Amino acid sequence: MGKDTLEIAINGIKLILIFLMMVQAVPILVWLERRGSAFIQNRFGPNRVGPLGLVQLLADAVKFITKEDFAPDKAVRSLFYAAPVFALIPATLAYAAIPMSTPIAVAAFEAFGSTWGPYLFRVQGYEIGVGVVFILGVSSLAAYTILMAGWGSGSKFSLLGALRASAQVISYELALGLSIVGVIMMYGTFNLTEMVQLQEGPLSFTAFGYTVASTVDWIPNWGIFYQPIGFILFFSAAFAESNRLPFDLAEGEAELVAGFHTEYGGFKMLMFFIGEYGHMMIAAGLATTFFFGGYGIPGITVAELQAAIVGWGFSEQGASYMSALIHFLSYNVKFGLFLWIFIHVRWTLPRFRYDQLMDLGWKTMLPWALANTIVTAVVIYVATA
Amino acid sequence: MTSAASSMPIGGIIFLTIFIAIFGTFLIFLARAIGGQRKDNSQAKRDIYECGIPEEVKKETKVSIKFYLTAILFILFDIEIIFMYPWAISFREFIATGMGTPVLISMAVFIGIFIYGLWWEVKSRALEWD
Repeated sequence: MGKDTLEIAINGIKLILIFLMMVQAVPILVWLERRGSAFIQNRFGPNRVGPLGLVQLLADAVKFITKEDFAPDKAVRSLFYAAPVFALIPATLAYAAIPMSTPIAVAAFEAFGSTWGPYLFRVQGYEIGVGVVFILGVSSLAAYTILMAGWGSGSKFSLLGALRASAQVISYELALGLSIVGVIMMYGTFNLTEMVQLQEGPLSFTAFGYTVASTVDWIPNWGIFYQPIGFILFFSAAFAESNRLPFDLAEGEAELVAGFHTEYGGFKMLMFFIGEYGHMMIAAGLATTFFFGGYGIPGITVAELQAAIVGWGFSEQGASYMSALIHFLSYNVKFGLFLWIFIHVRWTLPRFRYDQLMDLGWKTMLPWALANTIVTAVVIYVATA
Repeated sequence: MTSAASSMPIGGIIFLTIFIAIFGTFLIFLARAIGGQRKDNSQAKRDIYECGIPEEVKKETKVSIKFYLTAILFILFDIEIIFMYPWAISFREFIATGMGTPVLISMAVFIGIFIYGLWWEVKSRALEWD
C-alpha cells in the first residue's frame, strides 16, 4: 500500500512542478527575447527595473493582473473565456512526456512508521510507450484553442487570424510528421527514453557488414549525423507550428491587427503567450531528443559517469542523484541553445507572404520530407540487407 | 519491445489536464477580482475592434473556401503519413527477419500513390493562394 501511495503522490507533485516550471520559464524567455532583440537591433531594451531589467517581468505580471477583465458584447463568452485556459493544456501535456534526465533509483526507506519504495524516479512527467505519437497528437490540439479564440471573439480580425493560423499549423503538421518518419526508422521505437539511450556513446554504425566507428570519443552517436535533412525540416516546421517569425502570419500586425487575440488583454493574453512559448519549448525539447542525444553528454556514457562519481567517493545512491543532476544540466544547455535560436531567428528574418508560406509548406517541405523518407528507407535496406 | 513500450499513463494525463484547467480558471477569476471594473462602460468600449469606425461585423462573417479545402487535404495527407509510422517503426525488424524486400516494395507503392496525390493536387491548382 505504501508503495502505491508514494508513487501517486510523487507523480502528482512532479507533474505540478513540471507545469509550474514551464510557466516560470515564460517570463525568463520573454526577458531574454526583449533583451536579445534589443541587442540585435542595437537598443537597450528593458534595463531600469532591477539588475539587468530582470524585475521587469514581475512588474509586467502585476500590470497584467491589475487590468480590467473585459469581454466585448459580440463575443461568445464561454468560448472567449475558455480559449486561454485551454491554450495552456496541449503544450504542458506534451512537454511532460519529454525525458529531461536519467531515471533515479531511490532505495527503500523508512518514514512515518512504514517502508516506502524502492522506487524509480523518472525526470519526466510520465513515460509513454508511444511518446512521439502522443506528443504530435496532443500538441496539434492547439489549433482548437486558436479557433476557439478566433470564433469566440466575434471580431472578423480575430476570425481571419484564427483561420490563417489553423490552416498554417495543419499544413506544416504534414511536413513535421513526415520529417520524423526517418528518425523513427533509424531508432525503431516511439519511446523517447529509448531514443536517447540509443544515441549514447561515440558514433558507430553497421553498414554493408562493416562496423564503422568513430576513432575519437567525443563525436557522439547523435541523430543529426544520420538525419541532417530531417532535422532541418523538423526545426523549420516547428517554427511554423509555434507561430513564430518568420511564420507568424497568425499575428501579422500589418494586416490583421493582432490575429486571433485581437480582443484579448490582460491576463488572458498572457496565457496565450504561455501557450506559444510552451510550443517553442516542446519543439526545442523534441529537437534535442531526436537529433542531439537528449540528456546525453558527448564523450561519456551514463554508466561511465556514474562509475566516475562512485570513484570520487560517493555511494551508489548519491551517484544516481549526481548523474541525474549533471544530465539535467546537459539537457538544459541544449534546450536553452535551441530556445535562443528561436529568438535569434525571430529578430533576424522578415515575415513571409501567406501564399509563399503555403507554397513552402506544401510544395517544398512536404516533397523534401518525402524524399528524405524514401532515401532513408532505401539506404537502411541496402546497407543492412 | 519492453513493457514500457506499451505504457500509457492515463491517470497522470487526466490529472495534469484537470490541474491546468483549474489553475487557468483560478487565474482568470483572480485577474477579475483584482482588476475590478472601471466606471466607463460606454458602447464604444464594449464594441469589438474596428479601426476606429463603428463596428460593421455581421454574425455570419463569410470566409474563403480555401481554408476548408486546406483542412480536407490536410486530413487526407495526415492519415497517409500516420500509416507510415507503424511501417517505419518495424522496418528494421522486418529486414532482420529477411522480409525487407516485400515490405519496402509495398511502402514504395503507398508512397507512389502519395506522390501522385500530391502531384495531382498541385496540378489541379488546389494549393494556389491568390
